[in-house]
Amino acid sequence: MADPIRLTSPLPSPRPDAPGPAAPVRPPPPGADVAFDIRDFSLWYFAHQALDAVTIQIPRQKVTAIIGPSGCGKSTFLRALNRMHELSPGVRIAGEPRLNGENLYAPQIDPTMVRRRIGMVFQKSNPFPTMTIAENVLCGLRLNGVRDRPLLRERLEQSLRMAALWDEVKDHLDRPGTSLSGGQQQRLCIARAIAVRPEVLLLDEPCSALDPIATAKVEELIHELKRDYTIVIVTHNMQQAARVSDRTAFFYLGQLIEYADTRTIFMNPANPQTEAYVSGRFG
Amino acid sequence: MPAAPAAPAAVPSAPPRRWPDVSFRWLALLAAATIVALIFLVGWELYRGAHLAVMKFGVNFLHHSVWDPVADDYGAWPFIFGTLVTSVIALLLAVPLGVGTALYLTEIAPLRIRQPLVMVVEMLAAVPSVIFGLWGVFVLVPWLRDNLFVWLKKWLGFLPLFQGPIYGVSVLAGGIIVAIMILPIITSVSREILRSVPNLQREAAYALGATHWEVIRLAVLSYARRGIFGAAVLGLGRALGETMAITMVIGNRAEVSASLFAPGYTLASVIANEFTEATTDMYLSALFELGLVLLVVTILVNVVAQLMLRSLAGGGTGKVQ
Ligand SMILES: Nc1ncnc2c1ncn2[C@@H]1O[C@H](COP(=O)(O)OP(=O)(O)OP(=O)(O)O)[C@@H](O)[C@H]1O
Ligand SMILES: [Mg+2]
Repeated sequence: MADPIRLTSPLPSPRPDAPGPAAPVRPPPPGADVAFDIRDFSLWYFAHQALDAVTIQIPRQKVTAIIGPSGCGKSTFLRALNRMHELSPGVRIAGEPRLNGENLYAPQIDPTMVRRRIGMVFQKSNPFPTMTIAENVLCGLRLNGVRDRPLLRERLEQSLRMAALWDEVKDHLDRPGTSLSGGQQQRLCIARAIAVRPEVLLLDEPCSALDPIATAKVEELIHELKRDYTIVIVTHNMQQAARVSDRTAFFYLGQLIEYADTRTIFMNPANPQTEAYVSGRFG
Repeated sequence: MPAAPAAPAAVPSAPPRRWPDVSFRWLALLAAATIVALIFLVGWELYRGAHLAVMKFGVNFLHHSVWDPVADDYGAWPFIFGTLVTSVIALLLAVPLGVGTALYLTEIAPLRIRQPLVMVVEMLAAVPSVIFGLWGVFVLVPWLRDNLFVWLKKWLGFLPLFQGPIYGVSVLAGGIIVAIMILPIITSVSREILRSVPNLQREAAYALGATHWEVIRLAVLSYARRGIFGAAVLGLGRALGETMAITMVIGNRAEVSASLFAPGYTLASVIANEFTEATTDMYLSALFELGLVLLVVTILVNVVAQLMLRSLAGGGTGKVQ
């Protein structure tokens, strides 16, 4: 979907009052097809190391699935990508994840700007209960200061259509967001996340609370969204990872064990631990 | 499973004793019934006591503004007015302060200092009313008289609210004292409400790129607004019935004045002050009727507060899944 209006400049310029080096020298982009370039990234919660020297390149406009047993650091990794982890107490990191060659953790970069570029959808749907369906979708745009009514209306329809929800809600856009079913609420949250046209969409087990039909809808949606967005999805469901993703990363105990094309991971994994996990022998 | 048949056989041989269950249920019912009965009894006694005055003055009692025991002429309006005005002042001051404190305690303060701060707030609730009254008489009132009131009169004196002579003891002083006294309840109820806002709501806002303040506005305050309103109404219930401290600083004069600097009187204060000197039956009866008015208003306000807080707990903000 070619979109002429960019709400946030792709690379937010350093705030003029921010301390730190002026105009950092950017390394050349590591290949136009790489969105996230992450090298030796570690993360600690107080003394507990949750991620251990993760090195991974996440491709642009592809779906990358993160799999692994519970507690292996999938959510932690995902949240580190848009700096949501900074909300947890006692977090410390080492390494510099780069998006399009730009260090997301550079001192002059405002985490709120990072999160505007990298949208996130959570395991449990969380629409704002005091807002209507329309207000929920447009909330991010309003935060960005968009007041232009025609644009808002256009975005509302576009985002709901992309989230495959338009036909179900178009006649009652002013009902509360929480009046929808669980699956609809989750798609509403996806619409809310894509309404601001982020560069990347992070999905943390988006279907774990949904029934098979709603899950199928969300998976179809992920297929659609892939044309415009880089998507990273955490899932516990092997079939889902196999169905929706192009690349799959297997995490275990905070380490990236194996990362390859999804087909390879499921058909012909190089690592015996990966093999054991995808064939259901542990985890 | 050879041992299996033996186990179920043992159970019916010792039938559960039913009387503890039954007697407990009756005791609990009795306890609950006592409270209901007590409320009705109080209401009934007040009404009986007030009967004479109700018969004589009728509805006029509520809006008649003379209180003259010598002429046996009684009207409740100055006291209703004083109670309402001081309560409104108290709410206007205590709600922003209490909600602000609660926000600070749940959303902003560093984790290490949250617990100590909460304790300080709870301590405020433990200070006896009369201590606030003493502090009001000896510290607050002189300070208001010499500083704040003078300043208000100078800069806002064009408003009728801030005109007239300054005595210190006044409706405004009463409102301020009551504000301090209802601050702890408003703060701690608001804090509970804010703490009940799911973290997922905050994260939803953060993930859209909201700043800290935007998260508070979008995800926290709007989610909690009904509960906070309930907290305010609960505070109002307290403010209406507050007696001791306000009696010491309001000036105890049965007047209706537009000026907040003027002395006033409240329902609770006049009852406490004049019961011992009520020599005639009509005088006593009028005091009883004041009590009845106060009881009805307070109960109504509390019921509203409870309903608001309850509907919140019962999923009033919408289903989650
Ligand atoms: N806020 C936190 N504070 C302290 N430790 C945490 C925090 N969040 C996660 N952890 C720890 O970090 C590790 C990784 O957690 P994470 O939530 O990333 O796992 P996960 O792979 O997403 O698991 P699941 O599949 O169950 O969602 C776990 O050991 C967890 O206990
Ligand atoms: Mg997780």
